[in-house]
Amino acid sequence: MADKHEKTVDPHTGTATTGHEWDGIAELNTPLPRWWLWTFYACIIWSVGYWVAYPTWPLVSDYTKGLLGYSERMNVTESLQAVRNSQAKLNDAIVNDSFADIKANPLLLNFAMAGGKVAFGDNCAGCHGRGAQGGLGFPNLNDDSWIWGGSFEQILQTIQYGVRGDHPETRISQMPAFGVDGLLTPSQISDTAEFVLSLSNLPHDSAVAERGKAVFHGDGACASCHGEDGKGNQEVGAPNLTANIWLYGGTKEAIMNQITTGHGGVMPAWSGRLDPATLKKLAIYVHSLGGGQ
Amino acid sequence: MKLSHAPFEKYSLVLLVGILFVVSIGGLVEIAPLFWLKSTIEKVDGVRPYSPLELKGRDVYIREGCYACHSQMIRTLKDELERYGHYSLAAESMYDHPFQWGSKRTGPDLARVGGKYSDEWHVAHMTAPRSIVPESVMPGYPFLAKRKLDYDDISERLKTLRKVGVPYTDEQIENAKLDIIAQTKPDTPEAAAVAARYPKAVVRKFDAKQGDVTELDALIAYLQMLGTLVDFAKYDASGPNLR
Repeated sequence: MADKHEKTVDPHTGTATTGHEWDGIAELNTPLPRWWLWTFYACIIWSVGYWVAYPTWPLVSDYTKGLLGYSERMNVTESLQAVRNSQAKLNDAIVNDSFADIKANPLLLNFAMAGGKVAFGDNCAGCHGRGAQGGLGFPNLNDDSWIWGGSFEQILQTIQYGVRGDHPETRISQMPAFGVDGLLTPSQISDTAEFVLSLSNLPHDSAVAERGKAVFHGDGACASCHGEDGKGNQEVGAPNLTANIWLYGGTKEAIMNQITTGHGGVMPAWSGRLDPATLKKLAIYVHSLGGGQ
Repeated sequence: MKLSHAPFEKYSLVLLVGILFVVSIGGLVEIAPLFWLKSTIEKVDGVRPYSPLELKGRDVYIREGCYACHSQMIRTLKDELERYGHYSLAAESMYDHPFQWGSKRTGPDLARVGGKYSDEWHVAHMTAPRSIVPESVMPGYPFLAKRKLDYDDISERLKTLRKVGVPYTDEQIENAKLDIIAQTKPDTPEAAAVAARYPKAVVRKFDAKQGDVTELDALIAYLQMLGTLVDFAKYDASGPNLR
């Protein structure tokens, strides 16, 4: 590299060179376009305005807040509050009005149903399914069989406080683990399961079911919660056994397993997690799904 | 003195030092102050170090790569607040080493999943996700229920974390091993001690199976406490030192 520092003007382009030359090839010193340079300077000046207006410089224990007092967190809190305010009238009405009044008011009902549907998708669908169809261990909400009751008030209570959860008001009941705790012998459990099948008119052995019937109605056994007729008791969350709707499966094996373990699911309490208006919207939505009483 | 770029072009070491100087300006201005500004981590009540069982669950979470599909960061966007709850605070992950904020959501954000589902749901969902959520694309982790939790080194883990700033007490370190078992044994004096050492710790046999503490127990214990520590009814975003 010939390190000549004489700056010359390139005869072909008329542009000055940097004075560097490699094997006879000179480097042109093309200046930045004016428009680019001025935009660059303008950006620098603009940034000074930013320093004044927005949070910018770190200091010793804090940072410069800027004249606009901009904060992402305050912004989102305020915009959410704006939404809440715009819905406040409707939400207040949802909270204060009775279920019958809400149902009679198409505007309120539409609002509640729309809000309930969204809240259901976000919060309930994980267990009960997007179509509220339920699954093994998670009740179907579309049918007429309600464990803890299908009236609007009962549904609301279940949503608010949950089942066998942490909330002090939670709905609570515990089926005995008849097999695990040795309250019934395996053959008694088998007989009882056969009888339970017969309650829902499923294929069963009548002679065995007859034996199971005695166990079912025995002292402190099934009938004390599920009722003499097996139709259940919503006061204590004892499911109806005659509807052929099964939370833990309707095969003989599944029924025997349930009698053996006395399994009971947990539903979290949603009061505290969701606001009162949302809870009520959910109850209205769930009530509408099919089996609301 | 006339400034010249000739030395940078002629001497590579000068160029290297020059590059380091320029690049470090960005770090010095944007990153370093976060370590001394009081407003970086909000002052809130309730945030505590993980209980030993939760910590082991967190290890499982990291080992299985849950962070690849789940974030733990509710951003200050309206739709996220509507869906997931209060935006995440820096204070909520102040004892995370490393943090699990994540940057990709194939699955939902988990920053406030604690208490949202029952333990039973988690067990079924970890075993076979589509048995619970038919549209899910999450892989199953049925083996977690069968794997005994390995926690021999838990006291050492707590000590290590203390070195990087997590305020575990001597008492917590001493009892770490017992606390793992105790957090799965409700209604025992040991469980009460865990709850005293780690406020709001949930004590349950999370996988509902008798016997050893499994990796599934630990993972569910961790999931069930996520986002539950701060009482947002008492949180005032405009308070001193809060952004």
